[in-house]
Amino acid sequence: MFPGGPGEGMEVIVAGEGSLATQEMVLNIGPQHPSTHGVLRVVITLDGERITAAEPVIGYMHRGFEKLAEARDYRQIIALVNRHDWLSAFGNELGVALIVEKMMGLEVPPRAQWIRMLMAEWNRVLNHLMFLGSYGLELGAMTPMFYAFREREDIQELMEAATGGRLHFTYCRVGGLKDDLPKGFLAHSERLVKLVRHRLLDYEGLLLGNEIFKKRTIGVGALPGDVAKDYGVTGPILQASGIAEDSRLTEPYLFYDQVDFDVPTGEKGDSFDRFNVLYRRIQQSLRIIEQVHGKIPAGPVILPKMPKTIKAPEGNYYLRTENSLGECGYYLVSTGDKYPWRLKMRTPSFSNVSMIPHLLPGILVPDLIAVLGSVFFVVGDVDR
Amino acid sequence: MILERYFSNPWALFGLKLGAILIFFLTAPLVIGYVEHKVLAHMQARLGPMEAGRFHGWAQLIADGVKFIQKEDITPDSADKWVFVAAPILVVVPVVMIFVVIPFGPGGWWGENLDLGLFFALAISAIGVIGMLMAGWASANKFSLIGAIRGAAQLIAYELPLVLAGAAVAMQAGTLSLVGIVEAQNHYWFVFPQIVGFFIFVTASLAELSRPPFDMPIADSEIIFGHMTEYTGIKFGLFLLSEYAGVVALSGLATVMFLGGWHGVVVPWIPGPLWTLAKIGAVSFIVIWLRATYPRLREDQLQKMAWKYLIPLALANILLTGFFKVVF
Repeated sequence: MFPGGPGEGMEVIVAGEGSLATQEMVLNIGPQHPSTHGVLRVVITLDGERITAAEPVIGYMHRGFEKLAEARDYRQIIALVNRHDWLSAFGNELGVALIVEKMMGLEVPPRAQWIRMLMAEWNRVLNHLMFLGSYGLELGAMTPMFYAFREREDIQELMEAATGGRLHFTYCRVGGLKDDLPKGFLAHSERLVKLVRHRLLDYEGLLLGNEIFKKRTIGVGALPGDVAKDYGVTGPILQASGIAEDSRLTEPYLFYDQVDFDVPTGEKGDSFDRFNVLYRRIQQSLRIIEQVHGKIPAGPVILPKMPKTIKAPEGNYYLRTENSLGECGYYLVSTGDKYPWRLKMRTPSFSNVSMIPHLLPGILVPDLIAVLGSVFFVVGDVDR
Repeated sequence: MILERYFSNPWALFGLKLGAILIFFLTAPLVIGYVEHKVLAHMQARLGPMEAGRFHGWAQLIADGVKFIQKEDITPDSADKWVFVAAPILVVVPVVMIFVVIPFGPGGWWGENLDLGLFFALAISAIGVIGMLMAGWASANKFSLIGAIRGAAQLIAYELPLVLAGAAVAMQAGTLSLVGIVEAQNHYWFVFPQIVGFFIFVTASLAELSRPPFDMPIADSEIIFGHMTEYTGIKFGLFLLSEYAGVVALSGLATVMFLGGWHGVVVPWIPGPLWTLAKIGAVSFIVIWLRATYPRLREDQLQKMAWKYLIPLALANILLTGFFKVVF
């Protein structure tokens, strides 16, 4: 049990050593708190403004996705998994499509694969921009948020042109894609890459180069690489701790082995490094997008002869993709029915949030916000 | 003196001046608030208020005020009722009092020309923090309490550089009367010899007002809204009013102390009060601009900045001022 939980009351510890008696205070950050973007709750024990203990409480947004998936067919699951990490909807649906195709042994047309890569990378940019903006907001700089939404608007417009959706795209199908790209899409996409790359400099000036921003983030919440590994942390946070692990590189899916990109890493794994890695990941995604533009071949975007009901053959399979926030794993057990027997998702935010208690003790309340914001997570992705 | 010429009855004069100050106190923050809405919006690639009052949402702040009055006035069950009610009033009143001594133009465009005007203004501006502490304590909310304590700590750190910067100006002018200080800037504005003092004064004012980048007492992403967390309706409105009135008041002080008050340049035929207002607007614009640009400092970083850099700098400034005052 954590102090301050249901029926626990307020735990008061009276310090007896010093001449001045001080009391520790239990403070609930969340579930409704402006900086937990969602309903994460962190119960912290404070000595003055210094945190002595911290416990994240999750589950306020548990929506039972994995159980729901057992009563949905594979087409419906694609629409379902769109929603657990609402900021990287395409990445989520891609993973499900990939694993079902793997189990059925389908050979997806290359055009569809390349377009999937394009969309996945745009989605990654969309996701990272959100965190780029909101992190500034948490540190009290309000402008980057609006700039981020300006860029997001443009990218959403682009993706809407192809998918019809702005947040939940539902563009993947088992065996390919829902539709081909609309006319002029690639030219639009190319223009947008240039625009976003140019506008990214704004963030560099406003945040990365800002003295106060550096003061607030450098050395705050440093996560050593081995601890990160122990907790199963992945994605930008692991990379910020100096470990260049990225399943696009180490275990390529789609055609990631045919494009050229780097995995940016940090050194100390502090909040500044995490933010910096996130920022540079956007640049790498843009690099991938530029290469994809020239490589999309002509051809169909979905297998011509798909069965009316998709049934994965009996067996089980595990597949991992590099989702926007880290490694997203799918473990699918099928009995040969049209519903999966079990679909277990390993979502990045869950593991990333689990290491928060390691970072928090000993730091101040404002640093708590700096740390929480830099452990980029989506609460829906934590609770599923 | 303009008014004295027409009104011989001191009470009528007093009433008139008080009325004028109150009207200014109620309108100037609205103007600054609206400008902040618009300036921030345009700096952030958006439009800001566009609907209220038809033309570019000019009536937005009036609509906000009406909304605050209409809202339910909630006092939390566990709050200390009297203190909770008294706190917003205690925050607002000192700001009104500052306007009493700020001179707007030559020949009587001021509420009262106190011999100790500068001292009075700086002293009374610090009283607001008591209201802040009362609000934080009476709300019976941990976030409010943290905010209030931060506010108090901030005041202690920043009152000193503020007063020291003021002291250098008083030395330069040879008087503590704000009217006297403006008159002493007849030939040149004090911002030139006192550039360090001006920088210290503006920085310290920002901290005193809890404006970004020193808005830790109300840091909305950390402690919800600091001491104002539990306030609703018109009481919350009063807090906001005092914040923007505070921006006007301290910009006014900066104008009077450093920017030559009613003295104009290039086009001196423009009346003095307009010059004062324009300069207040310019300083307020900088305050708004900083809000769009900077993240928030941490409380301990702020303390470090105040005690290790600003106070020694302010002391050195006083020393230098004294030196030049004696030599020339």
